[in-house]
This record gives sequence, structure tokens and C-alpha cells, in this order.
Amino acid sequence: MAKPSFIYVTYIKTTPEKLWMALTDPALMKQYWFGMHQRAEWKAGAPWQLVFPDGRIADTGEVVEVDPPKRLVIKWRNEWKPELKAEGYSRCTMEIIQAGEIVRLTIIHEIDKPDSKLIEAVSGGWPKVLASLKSLLETGAALSGIDQLGKA
Amino acid sequence: MPEFKPKTVYVTYIAATPERVWQALTSSEVTRKYFWDRDIEIEPKLGGAFALRLPDGTVNVRGKVIAWDPPRKLSVTWQVEWPEEFRKLPECVVTYEIAPAGEAVRLTITESHSWNVPDAILSGGRSGWPAALSSLKSLLETGKAPAIKMEPPKEMIEAIRRL
Repeated sequence: MAKPSFIYVTYIKTTPEKLWMALTDPALMKQYWFGMHQRAEWKAGAPWQLVFPDGRIADTGEVVEVDPPKRLVIKWRNEWKPELKAEGYSRCTMEIIQAGEIVRLTIIHEIDKPDSKLIEAVSGGWPKVLASLKSLLETGAALSGIDQLGKA
Repeated sequence: MPEFKPKTVYVTYIAATPERVWQALTSSEVTRKYFWDRDIEIEPKLGGAFALRLPDGTVNVRGKVIAWDPPRKLSVTWQVEWPEEFRKLPECVVTYEIAPAGEAVRLTITESHSWNVPDAILSGGRSGWPAALSSLKSLLETGKAPAIKMEPPKEMIEAIRRL
């Protein structure tokens, strides 16, 4: 049985450097991540948090790999839903590849836990966040009103 | 009809109206911009004929409309006719669903199969749909569809040869 995983690919008309910036800069993140942001010093071994708009902590973990502007790996555990927190750490890999005039972003979010509820939850969240990110980089405006993140 | 089970699902959100997304899925002026130059032919009714054609007229995909509910749901059977060796693939079902989501719409594409299709064959859709829908989203939001080079994955071609 394969590990539960969520894989999502999107193509964005931008440069790897701008996409990297959008993935790691809190001010940009807040625009496309429906007010949320990741808090971390971007170096391997540093603590990592995903923070709700009101300052509550959604998820915590550790930065595992940082290779700008190509690859970011995060050890990631939910903190606000007991049944998700109980599943322990997941691993989220973000990969950026230049493909001609466009950049391919791949997100792989995986956990070593059968029937993971965390993977189910992030499967609903990532397409919203990444569609909003693509809109922001291509049009200057993120998507609004589509999020239900953190409102359960 | 045999039972078709969803094997690949891709979701995106587009700042557009459901009607514009529907039009983008069903008219050639739009499909040829984001779906690798394919024209679409579709009879707007249940049981209607459906085809995707290359610029030289070759039929790439042929099928039938099995759900027609504008601007919400479109479902077609999908038999690949070109490249020729892909004809061995049993037909699948492709479904598009459009739903309002805040100021945007959620577009879901589901590829369903009636047989125990190997991952190697699914890799075709799993690499193609994200590219097509990324390009469609750019087109509707910016007016320009970026060209995303795409070929059937090697593992897919090898798996089809083994069928």
C-alpha cells in the first residue's frame, strides 16, 4: 500500500525567483493564502509554523531542506485539530522547475499513516491556495472569497 | 454501460463566471488556445457526438455526451483515436464540474475508468490535465494562454504497447 499522499501540479507564468519569493515571504503569502502565512527562518533545521490571520498557530514543524529557487521541504504537523495532530508529522515538498516560458510548481504532501485525515484536509486546501497564488503572480490580484481554511 | 470509477481528479479555482468557463470548455475558439491547438466538436445535448480535432483535421479523441447541464456539468466518453497505437486504450469518461466559489469558480475535472488501469497509463492525464487547466486559468484571467509543452509520458506509451 502506497503512503497517503497528495500531489498537485500547477504552471505559473513567472520566474522561479519570483515564485520562490511568493512561497517564502510572509507579506506575499498573506495575500494569496487567505491571510495565513508561514513563519520560519528559511534554513534547514529551523522551526516552522503556519499562522492563522488572527495569530493562532495552525501547524508547526521544521524546515528540512532549502534550495532556492528550486526546492523546499517542510516537516509539518497540524496543531489545531486533535484528530489531525494525533497523526503526527507529514512531509511537504515544494519543487520549482522552469519549463520554457513558464514555471512548474509541484507540491507533494505525504504522511506515513493509512487513511490519513490530514492528507484529506490538505487535498482540499492546496488547490485553493495554489490557484490563488497563480492568480496573484499572473494578474497582481489573489482570489478572494473562496477560502474556508481554518473555519471548521 | 460499465461502471466508471474516478482515478484522477484535478481542481482549480478561476476568477471568471461559470458561463465563461463553460464556453471555454465547449467552443473551439477557446479550446485551441489552451488545449494544444485542438478544436472541439460537441452536439449540445445528451447523447450528442463529441470530438477533439488536430489542426490538420485528424480526430484525436471521439466520444459521446453523457451529461450536459450548462454551466454546471459536462461529461463525455473519451476514446483516443490518435496516435493510432492509443486506440487500444479502453474508453474513459471525462467530467467537468463548475461551481461558484466566492468571487471565483471551482473547476473540477475527473477522469474515470472502467478497468484496472495501471498508474503508468494514468500518468498521461495526470501530467496533461494540470497543464491544460493551468493554461485555461491563465487565459481566462489574463487573456493569454501560455504554451506548455507536453508529450505523452514514456511510461504511458510503454504501458500501452504492453496492452
